[in-house]
Amino acid sequence: MQARTIPTGKNHQECSVTLRFIIRRLVFLVLVIWAASTIVFFIPRLSNRNALRERFGELARTGGFSPADLEKIIASMQQQFGLDRPLLEQYWQYLHNVVRFDFGYSLYRYPSTVSDLIAQSLPWTIGLLLVSTILSFIIGNLLGGISAWPRAPRWMRSIATPFVLLTGVPPVIMAILLLFFIGFKLKWLPLGGAYSVGQVPNLSWGFALDLLRHQILPALSLILGSVGGWVLSMRGMGITIQGEDYVNFAEHKGLTAGRIFRDYYMRNALLPQVTGFALALGTVVTSAIIVEGLFGLPGIGTMLNLAIRANDFPTIYGIVLFITIAVAVLMTIVEFLYPLLDPRVRQS
Amino acid sequence: MSTIALAPSVQASIERPGKLVLVLRYLRRNKGLAVGLLILFGLVAFTVIGLLTVNTKNAYPLSVALKKPPSWKYPFGTDFFGRDLLAAMVVGMWQTAFIGVLAGGLGTFIGVVLGFTSAYFGGWIDGTIRTVCQVLAPIPVLLIQVVIAGSLDKRDVTIVTMALIVVLLAWMGPTLVIRAQVLTMKERQFVAVAKLSGVGDLGIIFKEILPCLLPFIAAAFVAQVFVAVFAAFYLAVLGLGPLREPLLGNIIWAAQSQGAIFNGWWWWPIIPSIAMILILGSLALINMGLDELANPRVRRTE
Repeated sequence: MQARTIPTGKNHQECSVTLRFIIRRLVFLVLVIWAASTIVFFIPRLSNRNALRERFGELARTGGFSPADLEKIIASMQQQFGLDRPLLEQYWQYLHNVVRFDFGYSLYRYPSTVSDLIAQSLPWTIGLLLVSTILSFIIGNLLGGISAWPRAPRWMRSIATPFVLLTGVPPVIMAILLLFFIGFKLKWLPLGGAYSVGQVPNLSWGFALDLLRHQILPALSLILGSVGGWVLSMRGMGITIQGEDYVNFAEHKGLTAGRIFRDYYMRNALLPQVTGFALALGTVVTSAIIVEGLFGLPGIGTMLNLAIRANDFPTIYGIVLFITIAVAVLMTIVEFLYPLLDPRVRQS
Repeated sequence: MSTIALAPSVQASIERPGKLVLVLRYLRRNKGLAVGLLILFGLVAFTVIGLLTVNTKNAYPLSVALKKPPSWKYPFGTDFFGRDLLAAMVVGMWQTAFIGVLAGGLGTFIGVVLGFTSAYFGGWIDGTIRTVCQVLAPIPVLLIQVVIAGSLDKRDVTIVTMALIVVLLAWMGPTLVIRAQVLTMKERQFVAVAKLSGVGDLGIIFKEILPCLLPFIAAAFVAQVFVAVFAAFYLAVLGLGPLREPLLGNIIWAAQSQGAIFNGWWWWPIIPSIAMILILGSLALINMGLDELANPRVRRTE
């Protein structure tokens, strides 16, 4: 437990270093969010597509109003959304709105705003992501650590190999294979949806069980799709750690193998994995989106899928921007947590 | 250059086996690379033989009977829109390879140029390139590509635009990798000697540093092809690809839209999935193998 000794006498210089680190990360975070917002603002305006015209053209075709009215409606809408003002003014207004998480109105479900739609679907996505990411991080690192641990029994070390082979299989394809084999062939688990058709969401055990059964396959495809990466990187870390002096020292001190594995080997090998965790967040979220869409869970991914199918541009841009900001913020938080986990980083 | 002249004479005194033998011997040690290359070779053979023997017109809608399960006539079955999946696989595989090589090649090229400029010249150029890469790095690239592809007119989305969309945001990885390698190369003695003997900047870059970096560039290229193939697949599965083309992701998107697994047409999404696993798996294995070749440190620990 030598890692727990926290330096008590924090001098002035150390404090200012920490402060500078925090400020630098925050400035960087703002820069990332600004860059993402700018890209999402300018790309659609570079293309020749007019979302309003397409949407109302669609409405006009299904009946209702004449083409002359169509032009009038579009003109008034553009004025209302400020699309007729100079580009820079629009850009400034847009940045203002982004800061307040205001991504405008959904074209397809007009009265609701994009933020409403995100708020509705976010809990589903967070639930799925939280469970699958944590499980795959734990399983992957444990397997990776064991596979590189020279004193582990042979069969335990070879357990990791099939998971390494999975690294080439993205979660999307894993989802399709699981759907086919477990959902369709074996009929063990449902093929999609958040809960069985005809069920009304309520607070009973039966409903909770039904909900859970529908979440297993999506979570499993995310876990199986990402666990191999953790196994690989953890094995690499483990190989470098086991030659370190402090591991040798612990062995010569006569500590039990379990103690060395837990406190000397895993603890130190895990630290860089936390950084890897921050870096992997973006990938994890993008795969969750597509897996959700495949299973028809009512999360953000399905919302994005529907928006793409319906050409609902504000929703597409809003969701993308929201996820980007969320990932950037989470990464910064993990980076702030890092010095708390690793005293070496804190002191240098 | 006179310093290098010593090396060949030393090497000549040791009997060396032929190049092919050496390559095969190395492949036996580096099993991942061997398996990856073998799968890739199989896929290329499938595509080439397929392009020569299968009627590629059948890869497009309404050309064969609908919804037939795999049989002797249609080994991979046919889909809801009347596409022969065998022909669709052949064409889709070719298109996937095209996107991968075009986008991967362009991305690697941009990365090599930027990485070299950044590391070799340093100063504010290095600062700018590095900052841009670092700011863009945390942004989920695939989502920005969703925005780009979604903003395009559906008629403008072709195989080539797919590749260009993919490459637009996929040059940061190779830039940082090459930059780091050039930075370590720059300090080596042979570069200093070349500089002292009056070799110009371009001479040093092309004659001294670039040849040493070839394994890294090859590894970066394979990694980029992987990224490009995956990004194109991702966009296509979301329905943002060129919808008429039998790109592997498009087939899965179409199968999903028609509820293929619900309806029991299992071969429709499963066959392109298996093809994708083989493609991505072989690229991942080759990439890992090349890493081992390029990084002696990794080689030693294995």
